[in-house]
Amino acid sequence: MNDWPLLSLTTFLPLLGALFILTIRGEAEVVTRNARSVALLTSAATFIVSLFVWGKFNGASPDFQFKETANWFPGTTIAYSMGVDGVSMWFVLLSTFLTPLCILSTFGSVKVRVKEYMISFLVLETMMVGMFCALDLVLFYLFFEGVLIPMFIIIGVWGGRRRVYAAFKFFLYTLLGSVLMLLAMLAMYFEAHTTDIPSLMAHSFPFAMQQWLWLAFFASFAVKVPMWPVHTWLPDAHVEAPTAGSVILAGVLLKMGGYGFLRFSVPMMPEASIYFTPLVYTLSIVAVIYTSLVALVQEDMKKLIAYSSVAHMGYVTIGIFAMTTQAVEGAIFQMLSHGIVASALFLCVGVVYDRMHTREIGRYGGLAERMPKYAAVFMLFTLASVGLPGTSGFVGEFLVLLGVFQVNTWVSFFAATGLVLGASYMLYLYRRVVFGRLVREDLKTILDLDLREVAVFVPLIVVVIWMGVYPSTFIEPIHASVAKLIDNYELARAAHDGLSVAVR
Amino acid sequence: MITIATVFLPLLGAAIAGLFGSFIGKRGAQLVTCGLLLASAALAGVTFAKVALGGQPETIALMNWIQSGSVNVTWALKVDTLTAVMLIVVTWVSAAVHVYSVGYMAHDPCIQRFQSYLSLFTFFMLMLVTADNLVQMFFGWEGVGLASYLLIGFWYEKPSASAAAIKAFVVNRVGDFGFALGIFGIFFLFDSVGFDAIFAAAPDKANATVTFFGVEWHAITICCLLLFVGAMGKSAQLGLHTWLPDAMEGPTPVSALIHAATMVTAGVFMVARMSPLFEFSDTALSVVTVVGAATAIFAATVGCVQNDIKRIIAYSTCSQLGYMFFAIGVSAYQAAIFHLMTHAFFKALLFLGAGSVIHAMSDEQDIRKMGGIWKHVKVTWALMWIGSLALAGIPFFAGYYSKDTILEAAWASHTVVGQGAYWMGISAAFLTAFYSWRLLLLTFHGRPRADEHVMAHVHESPAVMLLPLLFLATGAVFAGWLGHELFVGHGIHEFWGHSILVTAAHPSLENAHHVPEWVALLPTVVAVSGIALAYLFYSLVPALPVALAGAFQGIYRFLLNKWYFDELYDTLFVKPAFRLGRGLWLGGDGALIDGCGPDGVAAATRGMARRVARLQSGFIYHYAFAMLIGVAVFVTWYIFNAR
Repeated sequence: MNDWPLLSLTTFLPLLGALFILTIRGEAEVVTRNARSVALLTSAATFIVSLFVWGKFNGASPDFQFKETANWFPGTTIAYSMGVDGVSMWFVLLSTFLTPLCILSTFGSVKVRVKEYMISFLVLETMMVGMFCALDLVLFYLFFEGVLIPMFIIIGVWGGRRRVYAAFKFFLYTLLGSVLMLLAMLAMYFEAHTTDIPSLMAHSFPFAMQQWLWLAFFASFAVKVPMWPVHTWLPDAHVEAPTAGSVILAGVLLKMGGYGFLRFSVPMMPEASIYFTPLVYTLSIVAVIYTSLVALVQEDMKKLIAYSSVAHMGYVTIGIFAMTTQAVEGAIFQMLSHGIVASALFLCVGVVYDRMHTREIGRYGGLAERMPKYAAVFMLFTLASVGLPGTSGFVGEFLVLLGVFQVNTWVSFFAATGLVLGASYMLYLYRRVVFGRLVREDLKTILDLDLREVAVFVPLIVVVIWMGVYPSTFIEPIHASVAKLIDNYELARAAHDGLSVAVR
Repeated sequence: MITIATVFLPLLGAAIAGLFGSFIGKRGAQLVTCGLLLASAALAGVTFAKVALGGQPETIALMNWIQSGSVNVTWALKVDTLTAVMLIVVTWVSAAVHVYSVGYMAHDPCIQRFQSYLSLFTFFMLMLVTADNLVQMFFGWEGVGLASYLLIGFWYEKPSASAAAIKAFVVNRVGDFGFALGIFGIFFLFDSVGFDAIFAAAPDKANATVTFFGVEWHAITICCLLLFVGAMGKSAQLGLHTWLPDAMEGPTPVSALIHAATMVTAGVFMVARMSPLFEFSDTALSVVTVVGAATAIFAATVGCVQNDIKRIIAYSTCSQLGYMFFAIGVSAYQAAIFHLMTHAFFKALLFLGAGSVIHAMSDEQDIRKMGGIWKHVKVTWALMWIGSLALAGIPFFAGYYSKDTILEAAWASHTVVGQGAYWMGISAAFLTAFYSWRLLLLTFHGRPRADEHVMAHVHESPAVMLLPLLFLATGAVFAGWLGHELFVGHGIHEFWGHSILVTAAHPSLENAHHVPEWVALLPTVVAVSGIALAYLFYSLVPALPVALAGAFQGIYRFLLNKWYFDELYDTLFVKPAFRLGRGLWLGGDGALIDGCGPDGVAAATRGMARRVARLQSGFIYHYAFAMLIGVAVFVTWYIFNAR
């Protein structure tokens, strides 16, 4: 398979599946069943294909690999250009890993318009994977915005009671940022005369321009991450989205912001990144403390986890802009870990939501008695979320905090308060849902995890522990790319310092 | 291989009992976990003989863990004398508790889960003591915290148990916050987190300074202090002790294993392990001394007025941990570990004995409702006596050797804080003897205060519970006598090897052998007076304590409410956190961000649209009028500009 266009295959295989589902005709029940199997098979096949990307990836090289280029707009530099490096490779796998689990998890919960639902998910997968692989500004923008459409539909059609409000809030928030990013991209094109991302990374923009470009990109990525104070779309979107929608939202969509910082802001505008680092630190610390406190008082399970996501992503942004090896690798690892853990937590909420049709914490209590398996699974992911060593959550947080401590002790100090706050709100949630006496009548007949649900959770459990006990598997391939990123950044810093000395 | 088996057999037991519990049944889970733990305990004995007595420390690398830049953390098992002692303490006490639990938990429906948690705890504890770097220690550290959380909240239907479990985890996390920052600081300073590298470089950095948190510090001092915050959390030292008494909500075997013998001593172990660092900071050592001495006396005063049998012992544990810390503070690390070892035996004995009493009294824990049961539970009674004699430091019992060494070393340190610690330790020793005999007298002697119904049920525990007690009692009697030559006597240098560093500037333990007669005798004298006072109060003139409590209401309330720490923290931290969270949520997110942001903009757009829509009235003359105005404006503008 040496010459196969692996990335294009990974990207467009789901789309093929979606087209196939479109052609399914017949009785409603048959259509539903077939749509489910086709979606599951396609996404599983995509995952297997993406495993080849991992297997053939050369971790020692910092360059883009599996590159594919084809002319797209003749007469311009705009091209269909794909490739992954150490930074993006894992996100491709994260997307392809989560999608089949999401699809499997919906078998019990989504009963209406199943065909359309499956199509939306497969299209979503294409967009996500394409976004992480794109090596051309225009192509990137296309996928980046394309993700919004299926997500908007998933929330708006299969969501909860206030789904329309949530869908619009989600769409408007993220679109507003993107518009500014588009302007910045145009400006970059006119300055550098290319839309090729690797070339742009090598191009050095003037400092004054960098600042404007940085702010424009920041407007888009900060909303996606999301950073305080543009995070308020997230709790609403999560609460209203169906379970699998929340999973993709938390698992992959939030990572688009962090990925964007690593792919665009830091390498293309290094001096502006230095200049704005205090801003990022401040907003991230506020996010960690503020949203942790807010999470403490939530009464809706999904909202609580949504707020915890904001807090956890605060570590990511701190790590990215601390720009030490440990901090950046920690940030990437934290994104992967959060992708798995937050997804699993949303699936945990989904399990009880499917049974009781409520997410209100007060409606539960004492589940451990009837659902020991569920209690154990939920416990594991709660612990991973609070960053217990031995789970994936620890490695990311630890590396980020350790890395940022080397450059700014105060940031590390304040961010580390998240250790305490995170434990408080997660265990408080767990206690109210799982511990206590089972008193409610309707809970007395609740059933434990069935085989399908176990099948969804087992891969997640394996990965969380694997990432916690032997994270080298995941960190090793990113060493080279991160080293290159930091070298370039240090060069820019030296140049910047030299410049400011000269001005003085 | 032996070491690897020692550490991982409990994990295997935990996995089997936890994952296949329903498959192998209750008896199967008990057999598997107890069997594997006894095997682990036997292997630990072998390791001890080889490493500590044979003087062959070893480090076994298992595999990579975290590698990023210059951070290079491996999974490894480091066994030197310090670790070997801990291996013995942990596996032996744990094995005793495992066996005891078979009897104690016999009527519980979740035996598999319980045994699994106990074994899991043991595994984490072993990982903690065998760590060869700070991060693996942190792994064990948080792992034992997790096991403690799970076991305190074992009876999850009880709200108080769940609350205590969360409290334990979160308060420990506050300590871990310090520990983590300490690790970061050490990495900043030494560019490594491995013990060997840190200790080798420590002398060179003895005078280094760093700027952390905007202040310039003596580098090693700040790192040691941060690490010590972690130790304070785990070992329930004053300020971060509030979780320990509440942790008694867990089943009694848990209290014996985790909250008396092993986990709470992890802080002591950690500071002893870091002795090559602490030795270079007199400030940090002084802080450790002061905190330790203050805890010793604080917990002892509170212990004197509590009425729950387990809480009395819990405060006693807290107090004894204070002793260990001030021993460390005066550089008598060996004495601290010696006391850790003897304390593990007699305190586990006391807890399990208390469990036996609670078992006999139909789950009654209030000593005011006990009394006069010694005839019915003679073995338990005798064993509790042995435990109390050892705790009080009566000559030739285990506690006598270790506690006296600590006090002598404190006195012999010839520093102000050391001497202060000596006197506080002496006072605490008096109180220790007093509350121990208060407990004994109220529980076993005098006339029965329970109703006939309960009294009729009072029975001795089965052999499966008594055998572990006998084993621990043997330790409580002989451990001090057997160990003191090796641990703190003349064999000290060969025994400890390089596992503990004491610089020439801190010869307190050497000097301890040459203190004046009265310094060595005083602890015994006060212990006996404490016992005498307890007899006076609770056997001869029972009206006296009541009258005293009445006369000094304020002090009594203050002690009974544990110096109001819980209330203080509740008002300072817990309630404000919730209030702040609600405020930020509704005010910040809801009103401010959404109000000015998306909702506000949406509302403004709608409002504007409505106003604009009103222009579209549909009447021709409205439109015509508007056109006329427009024409007029244009004409006027044109005329004025043309000029």
